[in-house]
Amino acid sequence: MMAKRKSKRDAWGLKESILTFIPGNSTFHTMRSREARHGVLFILPFIIGFLVFMARPLIQSLVMSLCNVQMKVGEGYTQTFVGLANYQYALGVDPYFNQRLVEEVGRMSINAVATLVLSFVIAVILNQKFKGRTLARAIFFLPVILSSGVLPGIESQNEFYNMMQGISEEVANASGVNLSAALQNLLSVSGVGSGVFDVLFTMIDSIYDIVMASGIQIIVFLSGLQAISPSLYEAADMEGCTAWESFWKITFPMVSPLLLVNCIYTIIDFFMKNDNRVMERINLVMYSQFRFGESSAMSWIYFGIAILFIAISSFIISRGVHYYED
Amino acid sequence: MKTKGKSFRESNRRSGGYLVKARAMKWTISIVRGLLLFGLCFMIIQPMLTRFSTSLMAEQDLYDSTVVLLPRNPTLDNYRIVFDLTDFPRSMLNTLWTSLLVSVLQVAACTLVGYGFARYNFPLKKFWFGCVVALIVIPPQTIATSLYMNFANFDFLGIIRAVSGKGLNLHGSILPYVFMSLTCMGLKDGLYIYMLRQYFRGIPKSLEEAAYVDGCNTFHTFYRIMLPDAMPTILSCFLFSFVWQWTDLFYTRNFLSSMSIYSNQLSTIVSRMSRYFSSNADQAIVVPAARQQQLISIGVLVCCIPLIILYCFTQRTFVESIAMSGSKE
Repeated sequence: MMAKRKSKRDAWGLKESILTFIPGNSTFHTMRSREARHGVLFILPFIIGFLVFMARPLIQSLVMSLCNVQMKVGEGYTQTFVGLANYQYALGVDPYFNQRLVEEVGRMSINAVATLVLSFVIAVILNQKFKGRTLARAIFFLPVILSSGVLPGIESQNEFYNMMQGISEEVANASGVNLSAALQNLLSVSGVGSGVFDVLFTMIDSIYDIVMASGIQIIVFLSGLQAISPSLYEAADMEGCTAWESFWKITFPMVSPLLLVNCIYTIIDFFMKNDNRVMERINLVMYSQFRFGESSAMSWIYFGIAILFIAISSFIISRGVHYYED
Repeated sequence: MKTKGKSFRESNRRSGGYLVKARAMKWTISIVRGLLLFGLCFMIIQPMLTRFSTSLMAEQDLYDSTVVLLPRNPTLDNYRIVFDLTDFPRSMLNTLWTSLLVSVLQVAACTLVGYGFARYNFPLKKFWFGCVVALIVIPPQTIATSLYMNFANFDFLGIIRAVSGKGLNLHGSILPYVFMSLTCMGLKDGLYIYMLRQYFRGIPKSLEEAAYVDGCNTFHTFYRIMLPDAMPTILSCFLFSFVWQWTDLFYTRNFLSSMSIYSNQLSTIVSRMSRYFSSNADQAIVVPAARQQQLISIGVLVCCIPLIILYCFTQRTFVESIAMSGSKE
């Protein structure tokens, strides 16, 4: 009903939003405008914060990406408008940017799916009753800590660590302990090996990274699973549902809103990682080559792709998500 | 024992083999589950265990190739050194209160905003929600320079400049960060808003309608009905925000550089090591890489332990509780 009443002329709802807050007109006293006022009141902290802190840097960076920025020692910078030249540079001229972009996005898509599936399976397991459950949950919280803030980089900055890492890799390669490589060889010899297996083996090889990246997702799923009332399962059991059926009919729909959260978090996490090679490239162009315009354009392309991914995945997932309001 | 076995066989026969099948299924599932969990847990915890055992070794054990996991000369001296290096009790206490303050403010603000997005229709809603997504996507590094300039000469709508002639210099004070947390601009706040919004959308509307019919107003309903219901999600947001704040380096460097904060101390520990060891000796000492590594590992362990303890306490309320409200259907 509300969507219908929204006038088509004013697509942004600007006129309406102004009318809602002016006492004395007919719109002000309606139930709907009261609701709107309460809604705005609730999100007011965000509006203030966004306008005060985010809006200016964002606009600045957007303007920079459209300009040729020249740094001058002691007197700031000058910018001249050049249109989309920076974007052309980022996509067409820069030797590494687009190549790395494609690589990272491909890697991300595979890892994101693996992370989501693994974290959901682990959350379902951790939600069951077994001995030592508290301990297992505490252990699965460790990745959250270890992959946050200062901790992941702190050890690799030490040359000794890197040396040891190199040695252990060499040893593993030389002595043939690398089980997955051996298995892969075997499979390809016997004629089974194909693209699917390649993907599978890269996943198995990076299982540590995947588990480390799925700490948050496990906890989000777990809190969602905990919120399901046991009476639902009891009722299903009484009606003769098997555990398998009640998993797909109860568990999965009930946590599906959180699937969206986790999907978005996973995408962002992979996109914003410090060891991401696209980010490295952007930082290099900005801080070593001092090409602020070009690097801003690169970041905007990168944000654009991230948002595109989020939009696609939320479109796909939200068709299957179950909300009470619908 | 014998009678029990007999009765089991008896009831199995009566159920037509179902009982044995069910029991075998149960055992298989728990064995597979146990193996899977053990493997994954071991993978996660093994580096931590190595760190712990290394942390107890005296320096000569590090160079002794016959010492692998168990220290030959166990000592707690390394911890004392790391505590000295990281300014331990003071930096930990500072980290504790700042993290607590910041994460409580962040989560409180995000809960309000998430609820607003989940339940109300207002003009420009889609636009503002797009801004939330932008907040999630854009890494804080992009706005860092601008924020720095902003706070060096802070001014809100020209008010402060009009009163005192020039903007406030807010560097080295926690105020700007508190203000940012209150307005959902802190570390990963977009994500909390999104999470809480998803949660509130999942609660049946009939719950609130019932409250309205019974005469609750908007804020009363939020406070009394929705908030207790959302407590597990809010707590998990709080936990994330606390952990991220605890280990965060970016905002800490920008806003809290005047205070002694643990994550900051940890990130610069290597540069202070040689000075520390040299102050006890006559000439300058170069700290060997293995020793550096050992001390860093201890720093990481000390950083993790309070967080694990916190998790063990809070998880009881947010993962170990069954749904608190009755109306979930």
